[in-house]
Amino acid sequence: MKLRHKKILTAYLFLLVPLTFFAFIRFYPMISAFYISFTDWNIISPVKNFVGLANYVKIFNDSVFRISLLNTLKYVAYGVPSVIVLSLILALLLNNITKLQGFYRLIYVMPYITPLVATSWVWRWMYQKPPTGIINNFLNMLGLPTRSFLMSTTEALPSIVVTTVWIEVGYCIIIFLAGLQSIPKEYLEAARVDGANRRQLLFKITIPLLNPVIVFLSVMQTIIFLRIFTQVYNMSDQGSGGPLNSTKPLVLYIYQKAFKSFDMGTATAATVILFLIILGITVVQLKVLNKKVEY
Amino acid sequence: MKRFLLVGLAVLLVLSVSVFAKVKIVYWQYYFETKVITVDELIKEFQKLYPDIEVEHVTFPYETFNEKVAASVPAGTGPDVVNLYYGWIPKYVTSGYLQPLPENEFSDEYFAKNFFSFVPKGVEFMGKRYALPTAVRSLALFWNKDLFKEARLDPERPPRTLQELVEMAKRLTKYDKQGNIVQAGLATQPSGQGHHWIREVLTRQFGGVPYNVDYTKVTYQNVPAALKFYTDLITVHKVGYPGFMNNDITAFTSQSAAMNIDGSFRIAALKKAGINFGVAELPEHNGIKSNFASFWANGITKNATGEKLDAAIKFIKFLSSDRVMEIWLEKVGELPANPSVAQKYYNDPVYGPFLKGLEYAHATMFVDEIAQRQVIMDAVDKVWLKGISPEQAFKESAEVEQRVLDNFWKSVGK
Repeated sequence: MKLRHKKILTAYLFLLVPLTFFAFIRFYPMISAFYISFTDWNIISPVKNFVGLANYVKIFNDSVFRISLLNTLKYVAYGVPSVIVLSLILALLLNNITKLQGFYRLIYVMPYITPLVATSWVWRWMYQKPPTGIINNFLNMLGLPTRSFLMSTTEALPSIVVTTVWIEVGYCIIIFLAGLQSIPKEYLEAARVDGANRRQLLFKITIPLLNPVIVFLSVMQTIIFLRIFTQVYNMSDQGSGGPLNSTKPLVLYIYQKAFKSFDMGTATAATVILFLIILGITVVQLKVLNKKVEY
Repeated sequence: MKRFLLVGLAVLLVLSVSVFAKVKIVYWQYYFETKVITVDELIKEFQKLYPDIEVEHVTFPYETFNEKVAASVPAGTGPDVVNLYYGWIPKYVTSGYLQPLPENEFSDEYFAKNFFSFVPKGVEFMGKRYALPTAVRSLALFWNKDLFKEARLDPERPPRTLQELVEMAKRLTKYDKQGNIVQAGLATQPSGQGHHWIREVLTRQFGGVPYNVDYTKVTYQNVPAALKFYTDLITVHKVGYPGFMNNDITAFTSQSAAMNIDGSFRIAALKKAGINFGVAELPEHNGIKSNFASFWANGITKNATGEKLDAAIKFIKFLSSDRVMEIWLEKVGELPANPSVAQKYYNDPVYGPFLKGLEYAHATMFVDEIAQRQVIMDAVDKVWLKGISPEQAFKESAEVEQRVLDNFWKSVGK
């Protein structure tokens, strides 16, 4: 055996460990979830009867599933653009600061590194009505009418989006800053010499060159908002996704079906749907957004 | 030397025979410190009574209860006796996990002699009984004596009727300039114990029944007045609302709610918080008293056969004996499941009202407790958040719940 072959063999040998791990921990449960979605398994019973597409028919006839699906799309539609635009603006501003940049960065990334359950509960308390909610107490102090926030069917979902945006912005700023700092200064200087104004610099040079970062963050944020769970679980009464299902996302629906109603069949069917949605949106995003920019 | 060897062998033989002669059964329950410590002590006592039986006690976190059990069945490593919530019995039976209690050992007379009347109903599924409780829980009205004094109400006289409840709650409620509640007269939290109060208590007090006799048909929608009474507390009398101070427990513990309807399991926490509270029977209405009871019970799994089954029967009987119930109240703070044991504590100011409530309590037969709780939470939310009439809200909830029940009974082939 040649040395080269030996090396390749050794590499594969080492790769075998993570591969086996992935096969059992990632792919096996995934495939078994696909299978369970065609059965009536109830988590306790050893019997899994094959029921065909019955679970899929059942969830599409379930109004709560349809509401959860719609809510999930709302989380993405409200959340992703807000995170991207806000973090880009903040990153651009931070990029201009020379003093205390590290300090500001730390401040913005703080929410991201705090455990999600803790931030959710702090926001839940801040959103409370008087006398406990700090936001409403402030409104009260100014003589403005108080708001229901999490106790309203219309305000609860946007309130949770605000919390999530506040958390995710910190992470995106860091990635954007890295992207900004990798843009060669020569391009900007050359454009300036050619008489480009600040607006043109931003829209013709900086943002196009940031495209790979924007694509990456949009895809990641979309997935994060599609899989939203912890915030909703902790910010709604008894983790119900209420009031009246107005904040319930798909993942919470799946969780409740699986571990509260023990209906593994419908839970996995909903999981498969969520999987297909994430796959679809990601493919479309990569196709549409991923344009090569070269100067 | 030879003699020593022989003696040694003989001793070993006797020991091993005695080890083999011992029947070992496995007992599973979720982890709750006082319960675990108490059961450990009880097992020692049980093994003294029956030296040929050995009980292995296994615990795990409450959150993983069903997953753990689910995983144990295909693996064949499950327990012989399992402690489970009575509302889960239908699920465990239809999954082929539990075996019915042998009727020669657990006759109607045995149940009548040892338990409150709601117990045999609560552990029955399709004509057979499956488990025995050690202790039970019920609801009562908690009131804060200090806040009563502050509102110039007699701190030793809690409301006895629903009408008095409303009047006192109004006097105990405080608002800020904008009309926001800063102190609730009565905490209203359907997601806590509120949904039980509406379902099993208010529905009956306003002249209806929540379900038909075997809990297969929803009937509470026929008494929307029950829901209206509850939502009026929020929208008309404005004495509290769901989510005030996060939930009823926080509100009452932080002395921001003057009254709350809660379970006997809250007593220890309130005592620890140092609140000057009293406990009263749930207020009556139209001369009707009602209460909701629930319990955890010990069932025998299909793993236990032959000698193990005999041992399991002895063990669950032991866990439901008078003496164990007394120890349980003292150590864990849960109410005895046997009225003759309960009798001794009737004059206890804290446990008494709960025990009296047990006499007329109903244990709802849940097929999916979370889903069935959700419909009542939704009914209340629809009225106070959306302005839908109680009639309509109750009707919609009943329809959803009926589907849950129908699906369940269809799946078990009834």
